[in-house]
Amino acid sequence: MIVLQSVTKRYADTAVVDDVSIELGHPGITSVIGANGAGKSTLLSMIGRLLLVDSGTITVDGLDVTTTRGALLARRLAVLRQDNHLTARLTVRDLVAFGRFPHGRGRLGPSDREAIDRAIDYLDLDPVGGRFLDELSGGQRQRAFLAMTLAQDTEYLLLDEPLNSLDLRHCVQTMRLLRRAADELGKRIVLVLHDINFAAAYSDRIVAMRAGRIHVAGKPTEVITTAVLRQVYGLDIAVDEFGGHPMAIYHL
Amino acid sequence: MPTDTLNRAVLGVAPLVRRHRIRLWILALTGVTVLLVTGYLFTDVTGSWDYVLQLRARKLAAMLLVAVAVATATVLFQTVTENRILTPAIMGLDALYVLIQTVVVYLFGASALAATDPVLRWTVELVVLVLFATALFQWIFTGAGRSIHLLVLVGVLFGVLFRSVTHLLQRMIDPAEFAVLQDAFFASFSVPERLLGLSAVTITLAAVGLVLIGRQLDVLVLGRAHAIGLGVHHRQLVAIVFALVAVLVAVSTALVGPITFLGLIVANLAYHLIGSHRHRHTIPAAVLLAVIFLVGGHLLLERVFDLGTVLAVVIEFVGGIFFLILVTRKGTR
Repeated sequence: MIVLQSVTKRYADTAVVDDVSIELGHPGITSVIGANGAGKSTLLSMIGRLLLVDSGTITVDGLDVTTTRGALLARRLAVLRQDNHLTARLTVRDLVAFGRFPHGRGRLGPSDREAIDRAIDYLDLDPVGGRFLDELSGGQRQRAFLAMTLAQDTEYLLLDEPLNSLDLRHCVQTMRLLRRAADELGKRIVLVLHDINFAAAYSDRIVAMRAGRIHVAGKPTEVITTAVLRQVYGLDIAVDEFGGHPMAIYHL
Repeated sequence: MPTDTLNRAVLGVAPLVRRHRIRLWILALTGVTVLLVTGYLFTDVTGSWDYVLQLRARKLAAMLLVAVAVATATVLFQTVTENRILTPAIMGLDALYVLIQTVVVYLFGASALAATDPVLRWTVELVVLVLFATALFQWIFTGAGRSIHLLVLVGVLFGVLFRSVTHLLQRMIDPAEFAVLQDAFFASFSVPERLLGLSAVTITLAAVGLVLIGRQLDVLVLGRAHAIGLGVHHRQLVAIVFALVAVLVAVSTALVGPITFLGLIVANLAYHLIGSHRHRHTIPAAVLLAVIFLVGGHLLLERVFDLGTVLAVVIEFVGGIFFLILVTRKGTR
């Protein structure tokens, strides 16, 4: 489990993440929702070691993220962010191969090649494996990066707004894919989402954040309610049910 | 599944073709390098072979060392800054070198500069340059910003400061002494033998450090976030790389004076020709290109133009044209 204990992150005087204690990484998909500036991405960045914790501790399977060797953590926890700008020209296969870095420190053995093949296969990237990333569409690029994190072969997978700048079709594809990875490969996925209906439809757990604190955490039916959404987003949103999932009607 | 095996076959072949391309280019570059080096050493010898060869060998050694230092430092610097049009020169390291010389002449006179043991001078310059780079790095990276771009920006400002102070001091120096000083700033490849040895040892040590971190460097091309996600201790690695860059730039600057444009050209040409992100491909290619530029430039200069111009002019003319072609062609960034 990923355990956070009174984790705080401040910029100047404002606490972006304020004394948060929570367990993340239950089996299946956990979505983190909340308004802009609620501290979702900051929380994920601290778990992923991109930001230092001001106070409090974060452990992954009992390993403190600030003191444990990076390579050891990288075998348990993969992080994917949205700024996937690269200076070098890489092929899809080159990129996916990087996922094996924590295991072989850059040397690829037969088992690494197998893992790379499996990840490429799993994301249907076989036909474009030799192509350069800048020759791919946004959706394919996204899948290539996902393949890299799958090749990393970790139990936990952290994604920061994976649906950003994807069209509807690719959003649905990505969410289905993550669901499949959770169910078939046993991945424990934590992701930051802005679309609460995607969160409601695909998550096992939803964590709603407000002003740097955890507001509610629980099953989708417990979090996606008119009352909670009013407190989190400051909007009156009707919630209906469709196919067993709560659906928020917020466009009207 | 037939399509599956077909895909595998294609996938298997594509990397092979690339590997061939890399090997071919390295071979070709090595060939040209050997040709130029032999040409430089053995053509157009008049008078005593002993004397000419010794003189040329010493110059050649200086060029080789500078080629290794400048090319490697530039590739490393560009990897760490995630930018392909920056060179370590932007951090003001060579400006600091010029400032040190100027301060020495200003305080103790030109005779002091000439009278000091070159090895001592070299060591002091090297230590100051490396200390400056490391201090700058520590200062910026322990602050709140922690951004490489901030580091580079502060480096740029220091470069401007160093240059301004240098200009100020140079105006206050006796004109005769200024002439001595000016002479020290032109890249010159006639270097005392002991310095060559010391530089070679330093560069070899840096190369050993480089080999130790080699594979982690490759991960840096993915950017800081991914590198950390993949278990790289980013801060530590960047600190090591900056120290290596500082050592390499300092060695090359202290050996022959400021020589800046060369690194930019050879690094970008290397990426372009090799088409690989791996440093064990790009760095050797960049080094070979640097040797070709330096030795080829010297050949042109000494045998064709009869010393009618300076090396910097040749390098920047040829390199500038190359670089413009690179930039205007598609997809180069």
